[in-house]
Amino acid sequence: MEKLINEFSIGLFFWQIVLFVLLLLLLRKFAWKPILRAVNEREQGIRSALAAAEDAKKEMQNVSADSERLLQQARAEREALLKEAREIKDKMIADARAQAQAEGDKIVRQAQESIEGEKKAAIADIKNQVASFSVEIAEKVLQAQLENKDRQLKLVDQLVDDIKLR
Amino acid sequence: MRTSLVSNFLAVILFSLGPVLFAKESSGETGGPQGTKEEIREYIAHHLQDSHDFSIASYTDASGEVVHWGFPLPVILWDNGLKVFSSARFHHGETVAEVGGNYYRLYHSKIYKTDAGGTIRYDEDQHPVNQKPLDFSITKNVVMMLVTGLLLFWLFTGMARNYGKNNGIPMGIGKFFEPIVLYIRDDIAIPNIGEKKYSRYMPLLLTVFFFIWFLNMFGLTPLGVNVTGNIAVTTALALIVFLVTNFTGTRDYWKHILDPLGDGMPWFGKLIIYIILVPIEILGIFIKPFALLIRLYANMTAGHVVLMSLIGLIFIFKSWVGGPLSFGLSFAISLIEVLVALLQAYIFTMLSALYFGFASEEHDHGHGHEHEEPELANL
Repeated sequence: MEKLINEFSIGLFFWQIVLFVLLLLLLRKFAWKPILRAVNEREQGIRSALAAAEDAKKEMQNVSADSERLLQQARAEREALLKEAREIKDKMIADARAQAQAEGDKIVRQAQESIEGEKKAAIADIKNQVASFSVEIAEKVLQAQLENKDRQLKLVDQLVDDIKLR
Repeated sequence: MRTSLVSNFLAVILFSLGPVLFAKESSGETGGPQGTKEEIREYIAHHLQDSHDFSIASYTDASGEVVHWGFPLPVILWDNGLKVFSSARFHHGETVAEVGGNYYRLYHSKIYKTDAGGTIRYDEDQHPVNQKPLDFSITKNVVMMLVTGLLLFWLFTGMARNYGKNNGIPMGIGKFFEPIVLYIRDDIAIPNIGEKKYSRYMPLLLTVFFFIWFLNMFGLTPLGVNVTGNIAVTTALALIVFLVTNFTGTRDYWKHILDPLGDGMPWFGKLIIYIILVPIEILGIFIKPFALLIRLYANMTAGHVVLMSLIGLIFIFKSWVGGPLSFGLSFAISLIEVLVALLQAYIFTMLSALYFGFASEEHDHGHGHEHEEPELANL
């Protein structure tokens, strides 16, 4: 202990305090503060960059989920539209067919009716003409048969005969 | 890259040359083996002390003249006025320096006031009784502290500038020092002091760490300096830590010292315990930095003593076995000392941070009750 106290140099102690405090103040101002600040800023930067990346990732996930949902929706909508269109088409075809059927039936029926009428009229006309032809033919035959007296007499005889025979 | 290679090479050369240079001086005036032992002991004692000139080596040449390698340093004395002169005038303690009518002589690295003949009177324990003037000389250790300070300033301001230039990305030497700075922040300062207050102590912790580490490392070079193994230096460092600890102490820190039991006991109970407890706590304030200064001093001094004793063994053995053996041993111890240099710097910083942590702790007073409640609930 005595040796230690003997070794203790006031001058060195003094210089050590002065130099160390000076060094501390200088380094604090010109080295440690800028270094620690730079390091802190960098760490802050890294932290915020990581947070931003995380956010971006979440955003991306949201966006892709959104687009997925939209796609799903669009697909469903397309399905629905197609289905509806198909139904409309089927219905239209069915309607058209039914209408065409009805129309055709009606036309056929009318045609048959008019054919029937025409036929009847034609038959009636033919009957009339046949009657008038028959009268004319009978007239002409009678005229030709009764032009001379012999034949008239013959016919009278014949008629008288007929009456007698009966 | 090239410059670092060159400097590495130089360092290796110096390192391997160191013992050789010491050897010349030690074996210079050999008597018998007993004389060598005595000489080595004295040499080690001399090495551990501060000196007034920056001597790198000395040897005795062919004509028996002792040749010193090194350069003198300014001596600054306060002896009824400031006296400044070069230490060359002491001629390594061989002559008396006359300054302004006063005579001074260097004896075992200390300056004594003497008469013109340079007589030194001793008491019965062989201690000189001459008057010692106040000595503020720029000694070898002061020079090394200056060099280290300049080196630290140059390194770390350069590093700070680099950060400014490169958007906070470390370049060059910063790549090496940044992990250390971050380690001190994340593993020493924050765990011990706490997230809220650590930044206040960071400059001191960083400066203390690098200052001690660099000086420890300088102590391992053949320059033969022993700054951190000097009691005055470690005392100054510990004093700074002591002052900072107690001047930044919070109310809770002082309450913990003066009223350690708090509300846990009625006043008449405390009275008896506190007669013993409070003096112990107050003593603790002083013991903590004292332990710091002794630890650093003892570790560095012991390292130097062991290393130099092993080198000295070479000259005691003077044989084919002893030489390589002690060389190998001293090489191994050198490697361990490199580790110790870092370790002691770390321990000093770590414990300083711990003390700062005690000083700046703030108890959340509502907190104690929160801890009690679960226990009560369990009952």
